[in-house]
Amino acid sequence: MTPPTPPPHEGRATRDALRDMREAAAQRKPSVLLGKVLYLDKLTVSFDGFKALDDLTLYVDPGELLCIIGPNGAGKTTMMDVVTGKTRPDAGTAFFGTDIDLLMLTEPEIVEAGIGRKFQKPTVFEFLSVFENLELALTDDKSFWHTLVTDLTPAQRQRVDEVLEIIGLEAKRAATAGGLAHGQKQWLEIGMLLMQKPELLLVDEPVAGMTPQETERTGELLLSLAGTHSVVVVEHDMDFVRSIARRVSVLHEGRVIAEGDLDTVQNDQQVVEVYLGS
Amino acid sequence: MKTSTRVLSVLFSDRASLGFFGLLAAVAIVVPVLNLAVPASSPLHLSSYVVGLLGKYLCYAILATAVDLVWGFCGILSLGHAVFFALGGYAMGMYLMRQIGTRGVYGHPVLPDFMVFLNWDALPWFWYGFDRFWFALVMVALVPAALAFVFGWLAFRSRVTGVYLSIMTQALSYALMLAFFRNDMGFGGNNGFTDFKELLGFDLQSDGTRSALLVSTVVALAVTVGACRLIVASRAGRVIRSIRDAESRTRFLGYRVESYKLWLFVFSAVLAGVAGALYVPQVGIINPSEFEPINSIEVVIWVAVGGRGTLYGAVAGAVLVNYAKTYFTGALPEFWLYALGAIFVGVTLFLPRGLAGLVPAGSRVE
Repeated sequence: MTPPTPPPHEGRATRDALRDMREAAAQRKPSVLLGKVLYLDKLTVSFDGFKALDDLTLYVDPGELLCIIGPNGAGKTTMMDVVTGKTRPDAGTAFFGTDIDLLMLTEPEIVEAGIGRKFQKPTVFEFLSVFENLELALTDDKSFWHTLVTDLTPAQRQRVDEVLEIIGLEAKRAATAGGLAHGQKQWLEIGMLLMQKPELLLVDEPVAGMTPQETERTGELLLSLAGTHSVVVVEHDMDFVRSIARRVSVLHEGRVIAEGDLDTVQNDQQVVEVYLGS
Repeated sequence: MKTSTRVLSVLFSDRASLGFFGLLAAVAIVVPVLNLAVPASSPLHLSSYVVGLLGKYLCYAILATAVDLVWGFCGILSLGHAVFFALGGYAMGMYLMRQIGTRGVYGHPVLPDFMVFLNWDALPWFWYGFDRFWFALVMVALVPAALAFVFGWLAFRSRVTGVYLSIMTQALSYALMLAFFRNDMGFGGNNGFTDFKELLGFDLQSDGTRSALLVSTVVALAVTVGACRLIVASRAGRVIRSIRDAESRTRFLGYRVESYKLWLFVFSAVLAGVAGALYVPQVGIINPSEFEPINSIEVVIWVAVGGRGTLYGAVAGAVLVNYAKTYFTGALPEFWLYALGAIFVGVTLFLPRGLAGLVPAGSRVE
């Protein structure tokens, strides 16, 4: 795989530094010396003059659950796109830990490094069972010959069982994924991310279209993941945010306009203006 | 051995598999006995014509299984598998031509009749080695595999999928058919190869040889279905089905989709080549019409009728549709193509899962 052309930004890394980063990424051990898992600094992304991100600065602490809210067009999705390597910023830096420069890595390398992203629409493999869906997402040699001749090792089987327990689908392990309820599909998809043992989980609108019971269960799931993982949730549903959030960042026009616990944020004058338009 | 128990449990764990392999074993034992040991006067006697016909159907069943493997499980709708079938057939035909020796019309010790007729004075280089059976067997697998590899490598790497891939496979069939029609290709042109005498020293016209060929075909079919079952039951098989259902999602999970498709396609081409190689000595002729694009399409119809993605359904579809073809082309020759069309439309409308869809869900294999 050819390395991507490093985008122009301050302190362009040398080839050696790039190699070290790749190695660190491959070993999936982001150092957390700064005390941050994710550190986005002065990110700017513009599309045809429209600034989707405008000097965005944001950080995520190890093991925390951060909720990001904001009106449509606030830059939430663009921010996730930058972190996962889908979009390259015009300016700014994005670090995973202290030594992995995300702007230097390709999308698959970022996944390898330990950042998992769950998209809004569940895309599980409908014709496979729940167990097989998780098996497919396992971190392993993914060549044809390897998968043809090997079976799961006991350790890998155990890993699948662990994740089944975390997402609460043990009873459905042999069920076809296509027959699951909407919420269960979402949990299965989160489980597929967990199979890759990500350090950081980016979750886009996890409770859209869910019943109140499913929403509650999803909240419990995300809270249980925080601690062992860092979790960033983008969500519109304020009741849901209230039930899970410890720290909330409000995005507007590509910038963070308020940060803190939900009450602080909700009483912030600028936030009220943005949301209520007064 | 742990692996061998796993293999056995995949192959014989369900009733459908036991029934299938049991039926094949019964055919391999009963048909030769009824043909060879039961006197011709007995009502139980099976004529050599029936033995040959059955052998032909089972060769088609191998071909249908090969198509089902790539289409039913990986979503690669190949409309060019008759090419691999014909190439395997031609490789076997070349061996059979060399075995004729001085018994040809012109009695040339080395050159087949058509080369003498064209005033050629030496064997073309690509005919070297085909006087040896083992060499021909290697080529039966290698030539289709090489073509499938080159074609697949170019097509899958460029991410050609769906109907575009199907059209390309049709174009491949047509191009090869035109090439094999040419006399100076060195494969007998329009007439192809025929008038075979013997295989490994056994007279191809004798009842014993015909029964032996039938038994070989049954064994090849059993091995084919068994191997395909093992592939689709493996972890790779689940990746393959994921590719069929959501290709880009599978790629995002880190699987090299092109490589999975390529190896599956190559393996399927080898199976088709083996089917062709077994077909030629049993029907006694191979010519460029085997490359006709319509042949590849017919194979897809057999699979659709039997039920795609089931393997056993492909075998049943191939045998039943070809039995219908034999019946109709004998009884109502003008009517056959309409009947084939009607079968296809009928199955699509009323049995979207094919004949396999009639089997109760509990005992179904997928």
